[in-house]
Amino acid sequence: MGEVELLSRLQFAITAAFHFIYPPMSIGLGIALIIMEGMYLKTKDKKWEDLTRFWVKIFGIIFAMGVASGIVMEFQFGTNWATYSRFVGDVFGSALAAEGIFAFFLESGFLAILLFGWNKVKPTTHFISTILVAFGAHLSAVWILVANSWQQTPAGHHIVTRQVGDTIVARAEIVDFWQVVFNPSTIDRLTHTIIGAWLTGAFLVLSISAYYILKNRHLEHSKSAIKIGLIIAVIASFLQLITGHSSAVGVSKNQPAKLAAAEGLFETQTNAPLHIFGWVDEKEQKVKYGIAIPGLLSWLVHFDASKPVTGLDKFAPEDRPPVNIVFQSFHIMIAIGMLFILMSIVGIILWATNKLWTARWFLWILVFSVLLPHIANQTGWITAEVGRQPWIVYGLLRTSDAISKTLTPGSVWFSLILFTLIYLLIFVLFLFLLDRKIKQGIVDHSTDGIYAKQKIVVEKN
Amino acid sequence: MDLNTIWFILIGVLFAGYAILDGFDLGVGMLHLLVKNDLHRRIFLNAIGPVWDGNEVWLITGGGALFAAFPEVYATVFSGFYIALFLLLVVLVFRAVAIEFRSKRESTRWRQNWDTAFSVASYLIAFLLGVAMGNIIVGVPLNKFHEFVGNFWTLISPYTVLTGITTVALFMMHGAIYLVLKTEGELQTIVKRWVNNTIIFFVICYVSTTMITLVYVPHMTQHFKDFPILFIVPLLNMLAIANIPREIYHQRYGWAFISSCASIAALLALFAIGIFPNLVPSNPNPEYSLTIYNAASSQKTLTIMLIIAIIGVPFVLAYTTAIYWTFRGKVKMEDLNY
Repeated sequence: MGEVELLSRLQFAITAAFHFIYPPMSIGLGIALIIMEGMYLKTKDKKWEDLTRFWVKIFGIIFAMGVASGIVMEFQFGTNWATYSRFVGDVFGSALAAEGIFAFFLESGFLAILLFGWNKVKPTTHFISTILVAFGAHLSAVWILVANSWQQTPAGHHIVTRQVGDTIVARAEIVDFWQVVFNPSTIDRLTHTIIGAWLTGAFLVLSISAYYILKNRHLEHSKSAIKIGLIIAVIASFLQLITGHSSAVGVSKNQPAKLAAAEGLFETQTNAPLHIFGWVDEKEQKVKYGIAIPGLLSWLVHFDASKPVTGLDKFAPEDRPPVNIVFQSFHIMIAIGMLFILMSIVGIILWATNKLWTARWFLWILVFSVLLPHIANQTGWITAEVGRQPWIVYGLLRTSDAISKTLTPGSVWFSLILFTLIYLLIFVLFLFLLDRKIKQGIVDHSTDGIYAKQKIVVEKN
Repeated sequence: MDLNTIWFILIGVLFAGYAILDGFDLGVGMLHLLVKNDLHRRIFLNAIGPVWDGNEVWLITGGGALFAAFPEVYATVFSGFYIALFLLLVVLVFRAVAIEFRSKRESTRWRQNWDTAFSVASYLIAFLLGVAMGNIIVGVPLNKFHEFVGNFWTLISPYTVLTGITTVALFMMHGAIYLVLKTEGELQTIVKRWVNNTIIFFVICYVSTTMITLVYVPHMTQHFKDFPILFIVPLLNMLAIANIPREIYHQRYGWAFISSCASIAALLALFAIGIFPNLVPSNPNPEYSLTIYNAASSQKTLTIMLIIAIIGVPFVLAYTTAIYWTFRGKVKMEDLNY
């Protein structure tokens, strides 16, 4: 791998990974906000108003960080991956542009009302804005996942050659837009990513609310928030089992090399085992120190243990992804997924038996659980993206052929160091702001705002 | 009119939307350090607070539309202008972060540092965008594979520095007029004084750029010679600029702002007419230029994108109008969120 390619891949990985801290939280928190503000409109209990206002502020910080870190993403296909951009622009660019037109304007516009419109619009208008912002956040996930899924399982295009200068250059062009949008992996990967985002939002709410209960602050508010968080978490963690399974089956059909790497399956075999954990020795081509359940992988893929699962032996060495990193990230993600189910069930049982507010051990677990969805999100993406290697567009264009031709190592070092520092700075500032908001706590709004004013009028009457 | 021309115009509209909307945010950022009082600075920040983020979306969508409609331009320009583009991204990020963090602590030093970052970033964003425009006007060295063959310093010339400064002046004037709309009382009196100065600064830059362009980049005027009716654009542009001090004098600030918006739109129209049908002219070797034909996506994609635009743009205009309507009027003390 050339220096420019290695540095560019590193730069994309770092910027994408840092950026992806924020959008899943916005998407997940959007759902929680709809529930909280909906409860407020329904019950008129000001507890819900305080809670909504508090979480809207947190949402605002997260959203701002997502915007700041996301600007780079829109342009760096062109900067470092110009050959890729020329090859896919006809297909990939449309999805990116659709994201801008359909999602970004919606989100950023109504966010203003969400954050600053409390005293300027009617409560129902504010609630509609909340719904539209959450909807916009989901819509942006749709388009970016369409674009990324097309890279994984290209469909609805054909390859056209044309003359540029004195050479013949190929590129992908759209034949059928809806086949591009609903390519074989779009639905699986979209649902899996969005539900992952719901879990991220739910555990953020659970973590901060559990912390308040442990510190004996905002008990009323935090109990309500924890109930919402638990309901989302229990639904989402079970749904994630279904979308995860469906994704893996899809990968086994469409990108068998990726599944083989994720399971460290070097030989095509019937009765293929599923590893609970292990360490892949890529030289000896086997999984060491692991525990495997015989036949389970075959059964999960085909619902029949006697059917074969494709191994890496079906692929030429130059067409195989790195195995151990894909294996480890895949298994970390699955382990965390199982933990989500366990924690949600325990939480619901404690809630049902009325022990939740006194089970300090569990509340402490919730406080730290905020990290888990982030680890699962990141390892999930590592599985998806490293597992696609050596292709940037699966089967069509190799990552090594996709790089910009004009780049020098010096300029990529410059941008890589600069942006690593900036993203670290943004992250530190984000933690600092979040910490301040948590310390400030939930503000009592009974004395200000038009809601309160309306109430005062009512009380006087 | 063919699809390629339609997309040339639509991308022009997106970038014009960006220049008009984020232009005043940038102008407010440039003027930010001219007031020393913390309350005044907060009023400035809150004047753009609810809208700057949505305004920046025009640039991001413009980038996405460029990728989709003219992928060769997206690839050539962003990989070729690598260092310049990353500098632009850095200052865009810093502006966003500075706006967000500035008022989160009481410390004077904290606020002063973020204020400086906000203002410097605003100057640099405008300047770098102007330098980019200047380079598109004079052309950049391309090879037969559409690849840029210069380096960072190729992009910096007296002409492109001048277009950079002109852009700074334009947005400064635009921002000052916007602030007149959003402020009242003593602060508005201060801001009103800036309007005249910024208009003078801009007119000096504008006239200089025009003269130098006429002498050194004569191909920019070719379409005006061929179709004299197009002279209506520079005429409207000058009328719009001349109208600004008049409206300010009559205290019709809304009309002054609309005139300023119109002059930005007219300037971009001049630029677009001048370069058409090129998107990135090659200099030397004009035969390697990227045009709306050799840089475009397939007709199928341009059609699909047009449908997306026809569905999406009315919504975008409706949201934008609704948001600006909601946050119309002066910035009030109780609305200070930043």
